[in-house]
Amino acid sequence: MKSKTKFSALLLFLGPSLGVITLFFFIPVIAAFSLSFSDFDIYSLGSWEYLRFVGLKNYIDLINDPLFWTALKNTFYFVLLGGPLSVGVSLGTAMLLNSKYIRWKGMFRLIYFLPVVTTLVAVSIVWRYIYHPRFGLLNYVLSFVGIGPFDWLGDPNLAMPAIIIMAVWKNFGYNMIIFIAGLQNIPEELYEAASIEGASGWQRFRNITIPMLAPTTLFISVITMIGYFQLFAEPYIMTQGGPLNSTLSIVYYMYQEGFRWWNIGYSTALAFMLFIIILIGTLIQFKVQKIDE
Amino acid sequence: MSERLKKILVILTATIIAVMSLMPFVWMVFASFMKSGEANVYPPKLFPDEFVLTHYITLFTRLNLTGYLINSIVISVGVTFISLIINSMSGYAFAKMAFSGKKQIFNSLLSAMVIPGQVTMLPVFLMLKYMGFINTYWAILIPGMASIFGIFLIKQYALSIPDSLIEAARMDGGTEIQIYWKVILPLCKPILVTLGIFTFMGTWNDFLWPLIVMTDSSMYTLPVALANLMGEHTQDTELMMAGSVITIIPVIIVFLALQKYYIKGIMLGSVKG
Repeated sequence: MKSKTKFSALLLFLGPSLGVITLFFFIPVIAAFSLSFSDFDIYSLGSWEYLRFVGLKNYIDLINDPLFWTALKNTFYFVLLGGPLSVGVSLGTAMLLNSKYIRWKGMFRLIYFLPVVTTLVAVSIVWRYIYHPRFGLLNYVLSFVGIGPFDWLGDPNLAMPAIIIMAVWKNFGYNMIIFIAGLQNIPEELYEAASIEGASGWQRFRNITIPMLAPTTLFISVITMIGYFQLFAEPYIMTQGGPLNSTLSIVYYMYQEGFRWWNIGYSTALAFMLFIIILIGTLIQFKVQKIDE
Repeated sequence: MSERLKKILVILTATIIAVMSLMPFVWMVFASFMKSGEANVYPPKLFPDEFVLTHYITLFTRLNLTGYLINSIVISVGVTFISLIINSMSGYAFAKMAFSGKKQIFNSLLSAMVIPGQVTMLPVFLMLKYMGFINTYWAILIPGMASIFGIFLIKQYALSIPDSLIEAARMDGGTEIQIYWKVILPLCKPILVTLGIFTFMGTWNDFLWPLIVMTDSSMYTLPVALANLMGEHTQDTELMMAGSVITIIPVIIVFLALQKYYIKGIMLGSVKG
């Protein structure tokens, strides 16, 4: 057993990190929780004496706030459609690049990965023009197969799907890398044995690939879901939450309430709702995974 | 299906996806060199009639892009270096130092990772406001100085360093800080590079936090400046594309130069489950 490290050394090595994390993370979490039970607003910002404890009022107001439900519905739309779509495309491209027919794997992987590292604000701006109803590249390409033209970002029914398409394009490369590693860990003998017994390609995928990748898929689904619940920059840049609030997300609504109107108590209550939703979502995914096994 | 047909299908699909991945960037670059209005025509053009630098010149002269570029560089490089030192000291301590409550502290840090960052934004903003740090580099540097994910990555890596090496250095009379600086840091170099790229890119690309704490236009980072420019210059497609190119180029360069370390980082981050 090692002897205990001297306190002075601990203070030197752990002090800065634990200090910063405590001061700028743990205390703010507690502060946010307290603020969510207060009526902290623009007046309290000037002087603390206007700050009052209001109990559950912010949470009750939220439940009665139609905009909150709209934001919630939009965010779930984005997560429940965009999440599985992203994971699916990631798995598909990972299997594609894992195929024995592909040469220059490194080059393809690099190209697929490029959108991941680029600045979200910049690519959102680029896509805003790609989605332009008259001059946009997408409608032009679609016109060759006789579809459209669509007013992608101007139609309340299309704006969220448009944001989902962009998000899948931007993010699939990240999970693809993790899936490729997962695929390479599946022993080749399993596939060979299955082939000898006459299993079709689909059967091998269903009975070998899917179960062997289950832990990877769980991890990927959880991080994708957590990330997607925090949707903000895409609607901020591309649609400003519109049209008709069809792309207003929870974080966007929280930002507006907190940093535009300075309804700080209300906004922190929103942030906690987001936290609780993410927590429940994570627990459900772990549960589903357990049942599958 | 014959082998040959399968091969053609696979390569064709891979190529189509590659084209779709690259197309927005290709169009962005070419459109940024078009004359004003040239990107707003039907049918859309991919290549400019002639390459002009007008929009880049406008950005750097009239629209103060140099200032935003400097802000982004100072903040991203600053956060990267400060957090690398603080996280590596902490990660090393969690891996190799003995103290009571180590496991509990580390586990509580890890479980805190489920709390989304948005929860703390308002209180941190208020704190920084009362400290007078809003609209200064400190508003991004200070909260970015330590990260739980960074500590976790370094700790996992430092665990593989043999205790005997540290003991030997201690026998030679090395102080804790000397051991950290001369033994641990050099051995941790690969993970430091990995974490460094993640931090740099994360800070460079970040939008919500700089948008909140940098309200004075002279303090904008590139993404915030770009978002703001979008409000006034929506019709100037070519100008906006030039701004996007300048914002994206630094991260692409860093990524291309150090992609092996970046890919490794994704794998390290994903094995923790």
